[in-house]
Amino acid sequence: MLRSVGYLTVCSFSSPAPQRDTMFPKGTKRKFSDSGEEPVSSGDQVPAAPSVATRSLTSSYSLQRQSLLDMSLIKLQLCHMLVEPNLCRSVLIANTVRQIQEEMTQDGTWQIMTQALAAAQCPTDRLVATEVLCRQTDAAAQAGQSPKPFSVGGLEEGYHAEEVVMEGDVETEVTMSTLAPVSPQLSSASYLAGPFVMGPCWDEDEEEEEEEEEEEDGECEEDEEDDSEDCVSEGEEADRDHLSPDSRTGEQVFGTFEIKHPAPPPDPALEELFSDVDPSYYDLDTVLTGMQSAPKMGPYDLLESLSSHGPTALSSSSSCRSDLNELDHIMEIIVGS
Amino acid sequence: VYTYITLRDHRARTWDSLRFVFLFPADIISTVEFNYSGELLATGDKGGRVVIFQHEQESKNRPHLRGEYNVYSTFQSHEPEFDYLKSLEIEEKINKIRWLPQQNAAHFLLSTNDKTIKLWKISERDKRAEGYNLKDEDGRLRDPFRITSLRVPVLMPMDLMVEASPRRIFANAHTYHINSISVNSDHETYLSADDLRINLWHLEITDRSFNIVDIKPANMEELTEVITAAECHPLQCNVFVYSSSKGTIRLCDTRAAALCDRQAKFFEEPEDPSSRSFFSEIISSISDVKFSHSGRYMMTRDYLSVKVWDLNMENRPVETYQVHEYLRSKLCSLYENDCIFDKFECCWNGSDSAIMTGSYNNFFRMFDRNTRRDITLEASRESSKPRATLKPRKVSTGGKRKKDEISVDSLDFNKKILHTAWHPKDNVIAVAATNNLYIFQDKIN
Repeated sequence: MLRSVGYLTVCSFSSPAPQRDTMFPKGTKRKFSDSGEEPVSSGDQVPAAPSVATRSLTSSYSLQRQSLLDMSLIKLQLCHMLVEPNLCRSVLIANTVRQIQEEMTQDGTWQIMTQALAAAQCPTDRLVATEVLCRQTDAAAQAGQSPKPFSVGGLEEGYHAEEVVMEGDVETEVTMSTLAPVSPQLSSASYLAGPFVMGPCWDEDEEEEEEEEEEEDGECEEDEEDDSEDCVSEGEEADRDHLSPDSRTGEQVFGTFEIKHPAPPPDPALEELFSDVDPSYYDLDTVLTGMQSAPKMGPYDLLESLSSHGPTALSSSSSCRSDLNELDHIMEIIVGS
Repeated sequence: VYTYITLRDHRARTWDSLRFVFLFPADIISTVEFNYSGELLATGDKGGRVVIFQHEQESKNRPHLRGEYNVYSTFQSHEPEFDYLKSLEIEEKINKIRWLPQQNAAHFLLSTNDKTIKLWKISERDKRAEGYNLKDEDGRLRDPFRITSLRVPVLMPMDLMVEASPRRIFANAHTYHINSISVNSDHETYLSADDLRINLWHLEITDRSFNIVDIKPANMEELTEVITAAECHPLQCNVFVYSSSKGTIRLCDTRAAALCDRQAKFFEEPEDPSSRSFFSEIISSISDVKFSHSGRYMMTRDYLSVKVWDLNMENRPVETYQVHEYLRSKLCSLYENDCIFDKFECCWNGSDSAIMTGSYNNFFRMFDRNTRRDITLEASRESSKPRATLKPRKVSTGGKRKKDEISVDSLDFNKKILHTAWHPKDNVIAVAATNNLYIFQDKIN
């Protein structure tokens, strides 16, 4: 028989499995009830919209698509549990996620979902979820690296291993030690971050980012009305943390990442680690942005960065929100509730 | 006696189980390769070992036997390493073995794991010098003052000893995991490919290599495609191909530029819009590419099919063979359990008239390009007793399952045949089923 992954049931794309049916309505219902009941804090909740979205989201195809999306994100997130981080596999999964995201953006379900998530409350048990999901190898933890399950800044982490010095060949690249070991979880997910995810914001201290998060909440929401393309493109270059949560619960979620590493921000650790390395060997793209990416992202911030390859992404507002409901949904699957 | 397939000459042939070998249970076979003459068959496993089998000459007393394969040499090729900077273990699993053409009495092969390629020399020793002057038979030195006469040492026959020694180690040239190595037709150079780069080596030089393909984007976030396989053209030493995870093949000419970023030819089959799904890209990812012996065609393996391409036609393959089309409706489940990422290999027979590839449930498939007939066989202990004839298998796709057919839902997806090899001259095939190696031959009725 088809071997089923421990925490997921075998699914069929032709018709949703019974387990899916019971799971989805719960999640779906929450989304729409939340979007309908929450105060119009996001500013652009249209009462009519949820019904349209409800219709499309409860269709069999949409449920399957959502299931596939969840599955893909879990695969990426839990890559660190695999013995061998497989680049080809990760690339293919990431492309699948992008594809789903693009399609969902086109039929409008993406924005609705992210808006609903933004307004959703985040129960404390989600903190447990993130603990489970953010688990990383001891080596990586010891190396002082913060866990970044979907670190945006991370990117090249896992892939960008060392460039090698070839003796006698002047033209080859200089040896550059990659930074602290990255949990494959990070490596597999990190590169998924879209081009606009990066940004120097990841180079800043955690403290700075915390402040920015709170400041930018309002900005984010405002931009959302304007189709948030600005939100996204700004996030690319601006120092604002466009992945900041816009609710206290979001901060709670992100807080778990911080709790995991209450130690000083990565910078001092990194500096110490590489104090004896000639900085000229650093490839700034990979090393600095990668290592200093703050553990601020929730597992689904990854989605936002996957909106498109280009800087002008359509799935805009999503970059300003964390996909908390997705996290909850995934936790349900994992815990088996 | 059942007749199953017709391969060449319209004579009915049956496939026999010649012999099968049990490898160490903990080791999964990761590569299988015949040498140029077919006399030797090399296997690599997950534990970094290489086991070479030799085809014994047919016995004059029993001419009906084709000759058996016996263990010729076993050695540890790669050891596990630890990358301290990344805190990642480098697996010792042998990804590929490629033989060099034989130039003297010794045999040479290249074996590679994720990071390091090694050139091994396998040589025989069946004679031993005896009658040394300075030491006696035990090896102890003799007292020079006791020596009263001199003699010339004589070569005496001894039990055959096969020695394997590493002659070259090509290391530190690949950042990503090596997936392919291929010996060039000039017999002096070879290429090695990882997920993002391809390097060209000279067999004599280990401290440098030429990077000839680099698809690593400046920004790793933009990475959407990786190299999955590469091979040198069997006759033209300046031509090689590499396949990608998006189902494309690029043919490059090393004479054109030092860095072959721009391909000379680009092979891609247009996608069928009616069958598009979220899994389309994943199943289009090419897991193996092999030139035909003639050098005129190449074959690619993606998840559900094998395609034969004419090198002169880039826009579509000339032949497409469905390996296990019945899996198309199961892609979601196969994605969930990661089977959709399995990398199957494929191979040509010596005359390029037939091709073979593996599937699940220890099934493997052979396609006759001339008659367009295909057969499914199973590599299992029950059906592979020595000299037993293999029975063709069939997977039932419809509702009604005939007797002896197996339904799709009963397939064992943990039993996958990823690695197969075909003797370059004879109809002898080697099939690796997890940790068992099966060698089959055909028997002419």
